Amino acid sequence: MAYFLQQLVNGVALGAIYGLIAIGYTMVYGIIGMINFAHGEIFMIGAFLSLIALLLIAALGISNVPLALALTLLFAMAFAALYGWTVERLAYRPLRGSQRLAPLISAIGMSIVLQNTVQLLQGARVKPLQPVITGGLVLMEGDGFVVRLSYLQIIIMLLTLALMIGFTWLIHNTTLGRAQRATEQDMTMAALVGIDVDRTISATFVMGAALAAVAGLMVTLYYGVVDFYIGFHAGVKAFTAAVLGGIGSLPGAMLGGLLIGLIEAFWSGYFTIEYKDVAAFAILILVLIFRPTGLLGRPEIEKV
Amino acid sequence: MSAPLLTVEHLSMRFGGLVAVGDLSFTAPSRAITAVIGPNGAGKTTVFNCLTGFYRPSVGRLTLAHAGQTHFLERMEGFDIARKARVARTFQNIRLFPNMTALENLIVAQHDTLMRASLWSIGGLFGLAGYRQAERQAVDRARHWLDQAELLEFADVEAGALPYGAQRKLEIARALCTQPVLLCLDEPAAGLNPRESADLNRLLLAIRDAEGIGILLIEHDMSVVMGISDHIVVLDYGQKIAEGPPAAIRADASVIRAYLGEPEDSA
Repeated sequence: MAYFLQQLVNGVALGAIYGLIAIGYTMVYGIIGMINFAHGEIFMIGAFLSLIALLLIAALGISNVPLALALTLLFAMAFAALYGWTVERLAYRPLRGSQRLAPLISAIGMSIVLQNTVQLLQGARVKPLQPVITGGLVLMEGDGFVVRLSYLQIIIMLLTLALMIGFTWLIHNTTLGRAQRATEQDMTMAALVGIDVDRTISATFVMGAALAAVAGLMVTLYYGVVDFYIGFHAGVKAFTAAVLGGIGSLPGAMLGGLLIGLIEAFWSGYFTIEYKDVAAFAILILVLIFRPTGLLGRPEIEKV
Repeated sequence: MSAPLLTVEHLSMRFGGLVAVGDLSFTAPSRAITAVIGPNGAGKTTVFNCLTGFYRPSVGRLTLAHAGQTHFLERMEGFDIARKARVARTFQNIRLFPNMTALENLIVAQHDTLMRASLWSIGGLFGLAGYRQAERQAVDRARHWLDQAELLEFADVEAGALPYGAQRKLEIARALCTQPVLLCLDEPAAGLNPRESADLNRLLLAIRDAEGIGILLIEHDMSVVMGISDHIVVLDYGQKIAEGPPAAIRADASVIRAYLGEPEDSA
């Protein structure tokens, strides 16, 4: 029981991170119907930006941990958002209106470019970080096993929850959110009622990238290591989460992220850790066989 | 008749070797309903597509003049035609935002005003007074048009779930929420029953008289066209074959020929 609870805690924390990245995939897919394969790299860049910011802040002698984290978060989100905007402007906007495959290939290209740039600039070696937030709560002690919920896990869960609520509110209640939903449903018609579609799409990329940067900071703090290749792995997982939850659906992305996180945690806890990816993808395949639109996805309506 | 709102001069649209519209000129004033009619394939929708930025005309000038400003539509992007020149349109096949409520459909049509008032959404987050006022106005305008179109009861229903006739009217209401000076309606009466199309006639006349905007109407339903048009332009194979008030068009020999064909004994 204690062991089960511990895996649950670990799975939720991991799932929250996947969920945050998955939102970026799902929003972009929703609005322009393409898979932004460079999104995983934006997450990786967010992790590096966090690392740089944390080291800079330490060098400046700021020792207040909440302040340091808040500054890091702002720094990482702002610069990652800039990356997100630039990627869209350079690699996707010129291809809008071309056939579906072209931006996909452009996205893969962008992903390779970003990965190699970071590899060149930061080196290929794994970058370590001293733990910033230590300690935690003991939830339960039993069978000689201690269930711990670290402060960092609490921060990850609360921050994710807050961001999820905030973004859902934004999409449903603000002018920008309405424009995004309108663009998602009918891009041409959105332009005809006076929405600047290009700017709305840019805003979507900026929002997705900022969320990925938050996930980047969390991973940097959680695992304490960063390298130029983490974007690929996390990207594939988050993409899987988005598809599992129903691509295009915001709550679906979060649900998918949590499920993938839990599956991974439980599989590594009870079976062999090497096969945790197999378990996650197997569940994906099973879900897609019985619910091709994902768990919370709406069936695609053919547009005439 | 006052100075024309819309002036179409020598408009031609070619697709490869096909001339969809050839050297078409006509004008449409404000406070009037100008109908564009003709058999299927005559090029009516192509004219609308040129006016609203879907197509770039091969040749021709499309001038929209109002409030002392002149816009050349053939040079403008689609969303600029909507927000600067203030031309709105509806479609033969209805294009609402199906997963938004009727009210949201009308509010999203006032996006440009709200976006400015909310300082690109940032001010809106902090409840800026100017934004709250703009939002109230937007909701009021939306409610006004829902009321005019007799759709108030459907305000919170998803647009995709509305009955067909209601969707048609909602599309017109949405176009009006963009506060257009020229409203282009592509077969608004298609698929409506006689009672619904009588309702539509009343709505269109009310819009013309109350808002003082120009309406450009493509329609096959002659009870609508003859009942409410002030001026009719007839197209056949992309060419203008007649132009005039309803009574003159009804009697025009070339129009009858285009719709019914040549009488056998005249050949």
